Amino acid sequence: MKEVILIKLGEIALKGLNRRSFEDVLIKNIKQKIKSLGRFNIEIAQSTISVEPLDADIDMDDVADRIGHVFGISAYSRACAVEKDMDAITSCAVEYLRDKLSFAESFKVEAKRSDKKFPLKSPEISAEIGGVILENYPNLHVDVHNPEITVTVEIRDTMAFVRANAEKGAGGMPVGTSGRAAVLISGGIDSPVAAYMMAKRGLVLEGIHFASPPYTSERAEQKVCDLMEQVSKYSGRMIMITVPFTKIQEKIHNECPEELFTIIMRRLMMKISQRIAQKDDCHALITGESLGQVASQTLYAMVCTDSACQMPVFRPLIGMDKTDIVDISRKIGTFDISIQPYEDCCTVFTPKHPRTRPVLQYVIEAEEKAGFDELIEEAMNNLKITKIGF
Amino acid sequence: MREIYFDNSATTSVCKEACDKMYDMMINNYGNASSLHIKGMLAENELTSARKIIADMLSVDKDEIYFCSGGTEANNLAIFGTADVKKRLGKKIVTTAFEHSSVMECMAQLEKKGFEVTYIKPDDKGNLSPEKIINAIDKDTILVSMMLVNNEVGSIVPIDVASKVIAHKKLQAYMHCDAVQAFGKMPVKPKKLGVDLLTISSHKVHGPKGVGALFIRKGVRVSPIIFGGEQQGKVRPGTENTSAIAGFGEAVKQIPSDFHQSHMNMLHKVCMDMLTKTDGIVINSPCNAVKNIINFSVPGIRSETMLHHLSLNGIYVSSGSACAKGKASYVLEAMGLKREISDSAIRLSFSELNTVEEIEIFYDVLVQGIQTLARAK
Repeated sequence: MKEVILIKLGEIALKGLNRRSFEDVLIKNIKQKIKSLGRFNIEIAQSTISVEPLDADIDMDDVADRIGHVFGISAYSRACAVEKDMDAITSCAVEYLRDKLSFAESFKVEAKRSDKKFPLKSPEISAEIGGVILENYPNLHVDVHNPEITVTVEIRDTMAFVRANAEKGAGGMPVGTSGRAAVLISGGIDSPVAAYMMAKRGLVLEGIHFASPPYTSERAEQKVCDLMEQVSKYSGRMIMITVPFTKIQEKIHNECPEELFTIIMRRLMMKISQRIAQKDDCHALITGESLGQVASQTLYAMVCTDSACQMPVFRPLIGMDKTDIVDISRKIGTFDISIQPYEDCCTVFTPKHPRTRPVLQYVIEAEEKAGFDELIEEAMNNLKITKIGF
Repeated sequence: MREIYFDNSATTSVCKEACDKMYDMMINNYGNASSLHIKGMLAENELTSARKIIADMLSVDKDEIYFCSGGTEANNLAIFGTADVKKRLGKKIVTTAFEHSSVMECMAQLEKKGFEVTYIKPDDKGNLSPEKIINAIDKDTILVSMMLVNNEVGSIVPIDVASKVIAHKKLQAYMHCDAVQAFGKMPVKPKKLGVDLLTISSHKVHGPKGVGALFIRKGVRVSPIIFGGEQQGKVRPGTENTSAIAGFGEAVKQIPSDFHQSHMNMLHKVCMDMLTKTDGIVINSPCNAVKNIINFSVPGIRSETMLHHLSLNGIYVSSGSACAKGKASYVLEAMGLKREISDSAIRLSFSELNTVEEIEIFYDVLVQGIQTLARAK
C-alpha cells in the first residue's frame, strides 16, 4: 500500500499536437516545486501525472499542499496505489479511507476501468466495493446523487488507485508555456494580484519596482520583496529589479505642472520598464490597473501612459471591482503584506487635484520641456537585482 | 561537587548559541522592531528570522506565530481569547483532568463566568481513552484544549482523535494544544494534528525564559487578553522582546531533526532497567510516554524528603510540576493513584546533555536514600 498523488491536467489536455511540450513544462514545474521534500518518481500516463514518493519519510501533506500551488493542474487527489486484485483493492478502500468514511454519512463508489482486460466491469466493481464499505461502516448510506464522499477506484494499465474526493487545483497554464513578462509592482494590493493572474496564464514573471529613498523606506522595498516571495509560491522563482527613482520624481516635482505629476510619473515608469523588459527578454508589461480606480487609471490617463510604451501592456484587473481584487489577494496570501503601512513611490508627491482627463499633447510637451533622458539613462545604469524564491 | 540536572521539564540551561545571539541583540542590535529607521528594521529582521525558524520547525507559515511571554501566557491567550470570541455560540469546553496549571486555572476562571467545562480523566496508566474524547465533544463545544505530552508523567495524549471529530463532524470548536513538553522532543506539526492553536515555550528547549509563542492558524480569530500598540496584529501588543525571541529562534535552530532520539532512548532504557529491577520502586509513567520523562514513586518516602536528599548530593529532580511549588500532584490524583504513591512521586526529566554516567551516580544516591531515609508511618 503506497500513497501517491494523482494530478489531472487542466486545459492543456485540450491542446493539439504540441500538447507534449506543455506537459513537459508542467512536469518540470512540479519537480522544481517538490524537489526539496525528497525524491520522487513522476510519470505521465493516460493524461494523468502520478507523483510517487521514493523516500519513506516524505510528508505527503506538504507535497499535496505544494502541488495545489502549481498552475496547469485542474484537480489533484491523494490516492493509494494497489495491485490490480479485487481483494487488495477492497481492503485498501476500507482501510486507507478510514478517517473520511468513519465520520461521513453518505457515499458512493465510482469505478473507472481503463484497463478493459480487468475481469470485472465498472458497475460490478462499484457494487462489490460499496457492499464491503457498507458492512464495515454502519454510519454510512449510499447516495449516488449527492454523496458526501465519492470513493473512486481507477483500474489502470499497471496499477489500481483508490481515492476519495479530488481537490481543486490552481488551474491555468503551466508557468513557462507563455513566455516572459515584467510586472510593475508597487507594494499595494493590486499589482501582486495582477502578477498572480498573469503567471496563471503561463507567463514567467520578472518584477520591476521603483524606489525613491529617502521618500520611501527600506521597509517598503522589503515589503515588495515579501509580496513577490508570496507570489513566487505560485509563479516560481523570479528576479526583481529595483529602479532608483528619487531624482526623476524630484525633477517631476520641481519642473512639471502639479496636476500632471502622476501621469508623467506613470509614463516614465512605463518607458523605463519597457527598456528593462527588452533587455531581459520580456515581451509584455503587466500592471495592476483597474479602470477608474484612481486618477491615473481613467481611460484618458491610460491613453497617455500607453503611448509611452510600444509593448503590449497586460492589465488583468481592468474590469474588476476592488472587492474582487481583495478577495483574490486574501486567497493568495498577499493581502496581509500589502496592507502594511509604508509609503511607496506612487504615494510620494501626489498632487491635490490630479488631472483625470489629461490631454496627451500637453503631457508630452511638459515632459519634453523638463527632459528626462539623462536621468533615465542614469537610473538604467544603477538597477539593483534581487532574487526571489530561490 | 558534581552537578547532575535531571529537571529539564521544569526548565533547561540556555545554549551558548542563544546566549551569544541575545548578547549581540542587547548590545548591538537593540532597536525597537517597530521603529521606522534602519536600526528598527534590523531588529525586525531578527524577529522575522526567529519567526521563520520556529514556523519551519512546526511546518506552518511564519505569520501564524505570535510571540508572547511564555507558555502560561500563550495558554491564557488561546483559552480566554477563544472563549471571548465564541461565547455567544456555546458555553461548553472540553479538556483533560491532567493539564498544566496554566490551562486548569483558566478553566476554573471560565467556570466562574458560567462556562461548562468537561475534564476527561486519564486511566491509572496516564492514558486517555479515545471513546471518552469522542463522546465529550458535541456541537455546543466551543473549545477543546488538550496537552500533547503530559508534563508530570510524560504520557502522549491522542489529541488527533479530538481534532478529527471536530473536522469530520464540521463542529465549531477550536482545537487548542499545549505542546510545551512535546516541542523539541518529537515532531510537532499543528496542521497534521489538526489544531487551530498551539502553545510552545522557549525555556524548555535551551532557550531563554520569558518567551513563548502561540501558533494561531490562519483564519482562526482569538480576542487579545492584553491591549496596547499595533504589534503582532494587535493580537499580542507590546514591544517585542527582541533579544529573547532571537535567542528562542537560535535555540530552536539547534534542535536536530532526530530530536536526539537515540540518545534519549538509551538514557531511558538504562534508567528504566535500574529502576524496575529495584524493590520498592513503582513506575508511574505509562509505556507510551516520551523517553525524556520518567515518573516513579518510592512508597513510604515522601517526595520532598527524597528530593532534598538528592539535592544535597548535587542531583536535581522534581517532585511533580515545578509550577505547583510542592503541592500534592493533581495529575497523579487524576490518574487515580493511591495517596501513598502520589505523595512519594519523583519526576526525572532528561535533556541531550545528560549522560549514562550521571544516571549511574543518581541511582547509587537514590538506593542509598531508599535504605537510610526514615519512612513515613
